Amino acid sequence: MPDYETIEHDVLVIGSGGAGLRAAIEASAAGVSVGMVCKCLLGKAHTVMAEGGIAAALANVDDRDNWQVHFADTMRGGQYVNNWRMAELHAKEAPERVRELEAWGAVFDRTPDGRILQRNFGGHKYPRLAHVGDRTGLELIRTLQDRGVHQGIDVHMEVCVIELLKEGGRVVGALGFDRERGKFRIFRAKAVVLATGGVGKAYKITSNSWDCTGDGHSLAYHAGAALIDMEYLQFHPTGMVWPPSVCGMLVTEGVRGEGGILTNKDGKRFMFGFIPDNYKAQTADNEEEGWRYTQGDKEARRPPELLTRDHVARCIVREIKEGRGSPHGGVFLDISWIQQRLAHAEEHIKRKLPSMYHQFKQLGDVDITREPMEVGPTTHYIMGGVKVDADTQMSSVPGLFAAGECAAGINGANRLGGNSLSDLLVFGQRAGEFAAKFAKENLAGSINSAQVEEATRRALEPFGRNVTASADFEGPYQVQFDLQEMMQNLVGIVRREDEMLRALDGLARLNARARRVGVTGHRDFNPGWHTALDLRSLLTVSEAITRAALERKESRGAQFRDDFPNKDATLGQQSVIIHKGADGSMQVNREPLPDLPAHLKQVIEEMK
Amino acid sequence: MSTATFRIWRGDAQGGEFRDYPVEVSEGMVVLDAVNQLQAKHAHDLACRWNCKAGKCGSCSAEVNGMPKLMCMTRLSAIPLDRPVIIEPMKAFPVVRDLATDVSWNYRVKKKIKPFKPRAPDAPDGTWRMAQADVDRVQEFRKCIECFLCQDVCHVLRDHHRHDDFIGPRFLVYTAALEMHPLDTEDRLPELKQAHGVGLCNITKCCTTVCPENITITDNAIIPLKERVVDEFYDPLGWLAKQARNALKR
Ligand SMILES: Cc1cc2nc3c(=O)[nH]c(=O)nc-3n(C[C@H](O)[C@H](O)[C@H](O)COP(=O)(O)OP(=O)(O)OC[C@H]3O[C@@H](n4cnc5c(N)ncnc54)[C@H](O)[C@@H]3O)c2cc1C
Ligand code: SF4
Ligand code: SF4
Ligand code: FES
Repeated sequence: MPDYETIEHDVLVIGSGGAGLRAAIEASAAGVSVGMVCKCLLGKAHTVMAEGGIAAALANVDDRDNWQVHFADTMRGGQYVNNWRMAELHAKEAPERVRELEAWGAVFDRTPDGRILQRNFGGHKYPRLAHVGDRTGLELIRTLQDRGVHQGIDVHMEVCVIELLKEGGRVVGALGFDRERGKFRIFRAKAVVLATGGVGKAYKITSNSWDCTGDGHSLAYHAGAALIDMEYLQFHPTGMVWPPSVCGMLVTEGVRGEGGILTNKDGKRFMFGFIPDNYKAQTADNEEEGWRYTQGDKEARRPPELLTRDHVARCIVREIKEGRGSPHGGVFLDISWIQQRLAHAEEHIKRKLPSMYHQFKQLGDVDITREPMEVGPTTHYIMGGVKVDADTQMSSVPGLFAAGECAAGINGANRLGGNSLSDLLVFGQRAGEFAAKFAKENLAGSINSAQVEEATRRALEPFGRNVTASADFEGPYQVQFDLQEMMQNLVGIVRREDEMLRALDGLARLNARARRVGVTGHRDFNPGWHTALDLRSLLTVSEAITRAALERKESRGAQFRDDFPNKDATLGQQSVIIHKGADGSMQVNREPLPDLPAHLKQVIEEMK
Repeated sequence: MSTATFRIWRGDAQGGEFRDYPVEVSEGMVVLDAVNQLQAKHAHDLACRWNCKAGKCGSCSAEVNGMPKLMCMTRLSAIPLDRPVIIEPMKAFPVVRDLATDVSWNYRVKKKIKPFKPRAPDAPDGTWRMAQADVDRVQEFRKCIECFLCQDVCHVLRDHHRHDDFIGPRFLVYTAALEMHPLDTEDRLPELKQAHGVGLCNITKCCTTVCPENITITDNAIIPLKERVVDEFYDPLGWLAKQARNALKR
């Protein structure tokens, strides 16, 4: 293959978000050569947007916190379908991973005695989120980026991977192209770590950034790896709804953590009416107690606005559907009311929630210190992803590892806020460690030139289709918009069999259209071409989400089925697994959850 | 719905031209919405970078009517639409294509700055103690999203092309964040004076004006760094003070 530059590394990391960076740092520290590719510039990955914080039981603010409580909170939030081993490792190792960031230069907000400050967040029993104002993701990514660069990781920026290369059953590298010049590059590696993040761009209303197109999910699937939990897609309860330009942009849960309340058009604080039984014991039953909780009173219970995201999002949808919404189809989120309680409320809000203040002021013409915001649910995070071994993060394909949002297991049916950044660190570190180990124990494989030829041919096809000359062909953007619109309407927060079957038909038609997409111009930095190539990933993950959601005929966590509104005991013991069949079609199966060992069962019982 | 004209620079390193495109304007739109709309409707291959569309990643930097801006945070309501809106790539860096520029120089510069080197932990569990008041300043600097708009506007880079002798406001802020980090023990003053060219800044404050994160680059970062350099190299008392500081660090 003389046409293509070939680059060799022991470990190739795909993605430069928190998970990819942490994996690369670890692998490099283990003494192997590490390359990292990302389709954006370094330091710009979606992780940079994270606001609220990193969950870790440091117990700096409330000394009753420890890994057992964090574990139990994570399992309860995930409706007990989490991979228990991942939840256990995560709760145990997160504090060390956070302290390590400080040693690498991160500057977290401080407690009065000078330690890392932690804040309240939905579903976490104690103040647990280490944070930097509302820009924690930036702090995390910058710290890791600077550390990684000085450790000698080779970074290939703006390179998009389109295919994992295999030899027999094992992954031996990846094929990508650089966005700037459109030239193909082969990365030969003994181990590959996927850290490509989420899938939000499959939906019309999303908080996710441009690069969240589910590439890693799709690459893994087409390489033969199993996907799990794809039906569990988190809709964050509070995204901006107005103006249209910013619809979906995240409004951090931190607003509610600081005392923000949700009200409907009648001014009623509706969440008090919808507290689920399994959270009754830990939830405030009056406004006074809820307020005290947000102000750090350890005796008080949390206000119902801080119940888990899946639940709050559904309550908001109900208010809107039943005609009690705000003018632009959301509900009200009000932090300005705290001026009734605090002397310097305006300064307080600006200090605690600077980016939120800025975001609403600049983009929505709303001053959040004076008036309520309008908010509604937005597609935010996918719990599902590549099925991995809990300890090593290796997928079902040897040599292929996955970490961060593109891997699955830790979050079960619903993720708690703050548990993603800690997941990136804990499992990024593990993926890096075990990928390095795999690389040391295995020789480099050989690249299959037929696979490369086929993948490059497919990637270049859109250039052969002249959109202006023939009505048979169309541009990529409309196909993408129609997909986003359809997934939003038919496989959203509230799901039904008939609608999802229509979505499957729609996906078949969209797939056919995607095969006739043409682009103009040439290969140099051509967003039209990039959009055309993203379609494969978006269509693959959309189909996986739809099929998994159809298979789970029950409501649990983020999966809410209008036609099966209750939990099903049998399904509660099973995961939905997806893989590519021999004929190329998508196969859906169920698999029993791993058995929870007695000592962890006891931890959960004690914390109930 | 009204229509506006966007006059966008199209081209590559070899050269290019402005082209006019019609944009349908709706409530709340930002410049990036307009560019995305053009990509979907009229110019599939119009090159531009963006990631977050929320002012958090610093990818979408360009010049809007001559002003360095984040396209995703620039509301159309804030610019006159009765004449063409001019969108150009940043000028301090080589063009890749259309609105995308080659900002790799920034990454190379950053790598040359000595990394964070903490003092030994304060507590037996390996952690440190820092008061909030002592980290406020550093946190201000660490808000930087690396949009490089300050680099773009700084005349030392933009007009005088001193990329080889001057690291630019972004990396002076970065150096300041490291130097003022309460835990850091590294000394970056010698190279700041020499290779990194802090002396080339003549305090025009243009960088501070364009920073989307409102970092007071000149007053809070650059001027204190200049003072430290002066203390270190030109002032015998300062030299003594520094010996004492270093002794304390050790
Ligand atoms: C607005 C917002 C706020 C959030 N706040 C929090 C919070 O406070 N706390 C919390 O815990 N979580 C939060 N989350 C969730 C969290 O930010 C994400 O889940 C997490 O950052 C994902 O990180 P990652 O490393 O898995 O992937 P990402 O950060 O998404 O990075 C993916 C990387 O993969 C690259 N990539 C993708 N496809 C390819 C390809 N084909 N080829 C090459 N490279 C590719 C991308 O360029 C990018 O570098 C928030 C999410 C959003 C949207
Ligand atoms: S103040 Fe200094 S760094 Fe900033 S723009 Fe002016 S000369 Fe450049
Ligand atoms: S200092 Fe401000 S203008 Fe300069 S790169 Fe950082 S955020 Fe951008
Ligand atoms: S796209 Fe991220 S700052 Fe504009």
